Amino acid sequence: MALTEKDVRYVAELAHLELAEEEVKKFLPQLDSILAYMQKLNELDTTEVEPMAQVTYPAAENPALRKDRPRPTFHQDEALGNAPERGADYFKVPRVIERE
Amino acid sequence: MDLTALTIPEIRERLTEREASAEEVVRAHLDRITTRDQEVRAYLSLSPERALEQARKIDRKIAAGGALPPLAGVPVAVKDVILTRGLKTTCASRILESYVAPYDATAVQRLEAAGACIVGKTNCDEFAMGSSTENSGFFPTHNPHDLARVPGGSSGGSGAAVAANLATVALGSDTGGSIRQPAAFCGIVGMMGTYGRVSRYGLVAFASSLDHIGPFGRTVGDVALVLETIAGRDSMDSTSADVPVPDYVAGLDRDVSGLRVGVPKEYLAGLNPEIGDNLQKAIDIFAKLGCKIENISLPHTDYAIACYYIICTAEASSNLARYDGVRYGFRSSEYSDLRDMYRKTRDRGFGAEVKRRIMLGTHVLSSGYYDAYYLKAQKVRTLIARDFIEAFDKVDVIVTPTSPIPPFKLGEKMDDPLEMYLADIYTVTASLAGIPGISVPCGKTKSEPRLPLGMQIFAKHFDEARLLEAAHAFEKAGGFEL
Repeated sequence: MALTEKDVRYVAELAHLELAEEEVKKFLPQLDSILAYMQKLNELDTTEVEPMAQVTYPAAENPALRKDRPRPTFHQDEALGNAPERGADYFKVPRVIERE
Repeated sequence: MDLTALTIPEIRERLTEREASAEEVVRAHLDRITTRDQEVRAYLSLSPERALEQARKIDRKIAAGGALPPLAGVPVAVKDVILTRGLKTTCASRILESYVAPYDATAVQRLEAAGACIVGKTNCDEFAMGSSTENSGFFPTHNPHDLARVPGGSSGGSGAAVAANLATVALGSDTGGSIRQPAAFCGIVGMMGTYGRVSRYGLVAFASSLDHIGPFGRTVGDVALVLETIAGRDSMDSTSADVPVPDYVAGLDRDVSGLRVGVPKEYLAGLNPEIGDNLQKAIDIFAKLGCKIENISLPHTDYAIACYYIICTAEASSNLARYDGVRYGFRSSEYSDLRDMYRKTRDRGFGAEVKRRIMLGTHVLSSGYYDAYYLKAQKVRTLIARDFIEAFDKVDVIVTPTSPIPPFKLGEKMDDPLEMYLADIYTVTASLAGIPGISVPCGKTKSEPRLPLGMQIFAKHFDEARLLEAAHAFEKAGGFEL
């Protein structure tokens, strides 16, 4: 097995996931076998191949560009409507900056 | 008269002949849902008020003698990863259990503008990650053909709803086969257009370079009409294509003689014999219709699963970073500080498969692994796309099985995620290339209970018309009931 429990905990930390001890143990062999399977791609020589980040298609002009004009957006109440915690018309979060 | 078994043109005929009202059509579906969906469990939530209000609007139009929009009174089910204003949109995830969408997806808006009635939101694998709908954070959906089996996934609820006559048509989403495979498992038609054909605005993002919204129906004609309605440029999705949408329905009856049909040898190797037999019979039908059958090769097929699962998990890990317990969704009630709040929220809110994919995606993007996995996969994606471009120099459409296996039993494949991934082999290739694909019924297994099998057809970018034409010719020739 190439992957270690330490690797799994490190990746969980990067992904902001608190994995329970049993979950680390369950995921380790699963992730290891999937990653080992993915090594299959190394059978291919891709030195001269351009990476494909997205599907491109022929279009008349770049449709991604539009005029930068202000448009109506959500009212504050709509934007806050799904907030797990709100206060004073803002999203409420745990304290981020400690007082001196 | 059973109003739940009708196609879209049949509903239209009942309405224009005043044999039924739109309200009666919608109520017939809601009634059927109250009984039949107890066992199928296709829906996560229902929207009777919204559907009935729309139906009454249609009925008033009929009474006033006005022209009917193309989908007037048609009951539609919408996968719960697609936003519906004022209705819950949970992605079948605990993390969005109480999320109410603040706007409509473009596809939903276009369907309602065409007269369709949204009856409810359907179950799926959590965040569309899975091939069986067993990864739903709430409950699994059952295959209407055999309740002990899965309906496929991730859009299993939409597939099951249409197959069980709990909706006339449905919207699903397809990232690596999530419309086509459940369509095959449920014995109906399901289609993914070219990447960019249908706006993704209002589709909760899983893997943005691969995600599509697309239709389910019981006939090719119904699927063509829904696709035509939802397709086309949308200024709210910068990847939606500025390519004209043809009248797909009008083109369905074109003669397919002379159509070049490719059969890729890589999709036949080691095939389940029943699926292989049915595919051969399907090819014989195309030959009888005057199509030219060509053996072709898509040499990089064997690398598609590895390539797909690197790219989709990488994109998912990035897209799902937004579920942090701040702006919407669930927040863990116990935590020590901000970081701990993120970690506990995500731990409690996400199910096992979503966590597994976030972990894989984070790993393949992490420092030291990016080039070996993610960049490598993007290069292999180029090779897979090139296979198709070269094949379409020789043929007009390509036919393949949709799934290497018939519908399996609930729980049968839950312990081995890699085995579940490998079963996506015939659908992920088109997703990576960005070409359109459709799955149509192609007979059933021989032993009891007889289970639906699917055949897939691919065409080149933006050639949906050709693909639908081939599918329709196959349907008319009796291919569905092989």
